[in-house]
Amino acid sequence: MNPQIALPILIPLLAGAVSLVFWRSRSMQRFIAVAGTAGLLLTSLWLLTTVNRDGILVMHMGGWPAPFGISLVADLLGAIMVVLTGIIGFAVALFSLATVGRGHEAYGYFPLMHLLLAGVAGAFLTGDIFNLYVWFEVMLVASFALLILGSEKAQMEGAIKYVTLNLVSSVIFLVAVGLLYGMVGTLNMADIARRLATLEDNGMVDVLAMMFMVAFGIKAAAFPLFFWLPASYHTPPVAVSALFAGLLTKVGVYALFRVFTLIFNQSPGYTHEILLWGAGFTMLSGVLGAAAQFEFRRILSFHIVSQIGYMILGLALFTPLAIIGGVFYIMHHIIVKTNLFLVSGIVHRLRGTYQLKSLGGFYRTHPWLAVLFLIPALSLAGMPPLSGFFAKFIVIRAGIEAEAYGVTFIALLVGLLTLYSMIKIWAEVFWKSAPPEGDVDPYPEVNPREMWLMSAPVVGLALCTLFIGLNAEPIYALAEASAGQLLAPERYIEAVLGEAGEVRP
Amino acid sequence: MEPLMAITIGILFAAAIYMMLRRSIVKLVIGLMLLSNAANLLIFATAGMVRGAPPLVPQGLTAPEGAVADPLPQALVLTAIVIAFGVLSFAVVLVRRAWEIVRADDLDKMKDTDT
Repeated sequence: MNPQIALPILIPLLAGAVSLVFWRSRSMQRFIAVAGTAGLLLTSLWLLTTVNRDGILVMHMGGWPAPFGISLVADLLGAIMVVLTGIIGFAVALFSLATVGRGHEAYGYFPLMHLLLAGVAGAFLTGDIFNLYVWFEVMLVASFALLILGSEKAQMEGAIKYVTLNLVSSVIFLVAVGLLYGMVGTLNMADIARRLATLEDNGMVDVLAMMFMVAFGIKAAAFPLFFWLPASYHTPPVAVSALFAGLLTKVGVYALFRVFTLIFNQSPGYTHEILLWGAGFTMLSGVLGAAAQFEFRRILSFHIVSQIGYMILGLALFTPLAIIGGVFYIMHHIIVKTNLFLVSGIVHRLRGTYQLKSLGGFYRTHPWLAVLFLIPALSLAGMPPLSGFFAKFIVIRAGIEAEAYGVTFIALLVGLLTLYSMIKIWAEVFWKSAPPEGDVDPYPEVNPREMWLMSAPVVGLALCTLFIGLNAEPIYALAEASAGQLLAPERYIEAVLGEAGEVRP
Repeated sequence: MEPLMAITIGILFAAAIYMMLRRSIVKLVIGLMLLSNAANLLIFATAGMVRGAPPLVPQGLTAPEGAVADPLPQALVLTAIVIAFGVLSFAVVLVRRAWEIVRADDLDKMKDTDT
């Protein structure tokens, strides 16, 4: 028995249930939020060390053997993603203590946060394609409710776009799962991969691959279906934005990685070529959208889109180095992007606005915050020696080695434009002098305890960025090992189904 | 039976997409309902429309006798119906709240978050 596979799902589910029991007790809910996410982080680290030592871990739910029951499978990519979920969950839980406020807590912010984390962890660990759909829905329903906490006008408008696009994507996913089941008669991902390899006719497989690509592409906010993200991510309370920015789109990216390395790897000349074009346009449209924005969180939201492009580029090139780059990029991006949203939250808490025009003078009043912004911002743009440099370096090197010069050029250009956006925020928020008092509301008072709670997660995530940047070797080795597993799907299949390789009718 | 089901599912999808392309948000939600029902029907049809005995294994045997129906799509469609029901009821409440706050049923009037 390996309880550490199921624990990252069970702990948030349990924490969510217990905090529902303590619906009226604010202090209990806050305690459970910190304790539950800390438990998630610890068990996920335990999972990663075991997977790294013993190889792919499998647990069959209810003791039903593999193709019949639902299996939980933790390979290195899944385990890494769960660790990142733990890190982000813990950081956001701490940050929420200071920023969410009584009103939102009374409407169930913390139980929803736990449910969201359970859905995300479940999606990373399941080995069954229909179960993946169910975890997606758990995650989505929690995210719908979190998105409209507070019911402001902008939130409602954003939520309608978010809900509609995500429902359409879920339906496409569900239809694709149904058709896939009609073709191969199984739902276990390892079994599907094994049976598809024996099929003669590849035309229908390509159609299904495209349906999965569209469904996960919407969830990952890839071109041309990304517009729900910048329309909604800047509307909810900032802790929710940070949680979404770090985790939700990355679940879509993870699903693309899983499906297009394990199941649909028959005709990479067709599917991965389309992914490559998608990646290029995603990068470009995201960064150009950001260049036109003057609201802190909207700039960051558009940058999520452009960064998704880099990850998909890693998958689309489909060489060992490119997959390493993709995995490395996901690790770097989740931490950095959440951190930038948290910094924007501190700025908002201090000045009461996200508009760059009404902000300014932070370098004079809060120099430490300026440093904390610069670390993730320069990392996002890819400055050495921060984590983003190595992530971009690996992806771009893989592009040049694969002789995909056009898309590599786009990747370099987008890096430059990212730097432009980050400098824009730096100049407007930190460098220029503060606008005259009349423009903004009187600054809300922040007591020192809240300040500590807000800055502790930012400092922690900034240290993670520095650690990845200055100590890239072990992280690279981890990404390399997980890319090795992704490019050898027979190891995943063997781990789930055992040695018996015969295909039953 | 299968061609009839295929045509029904196709009509449902077409109607759903038509409704979702309208500007009214109420029609958008109706479109979403039709869309999820079309998907449910499609999953139900994937196992083939055949008469089969329930897949019960008699005592003492390890496999059921004779031809049985495939139970898995029915389990899947039950799960999918429940999820779709929950999500759609959320969508209905959302539309109502959105109407109360924005005071518009027109998607073209909801552009504040785009610019």
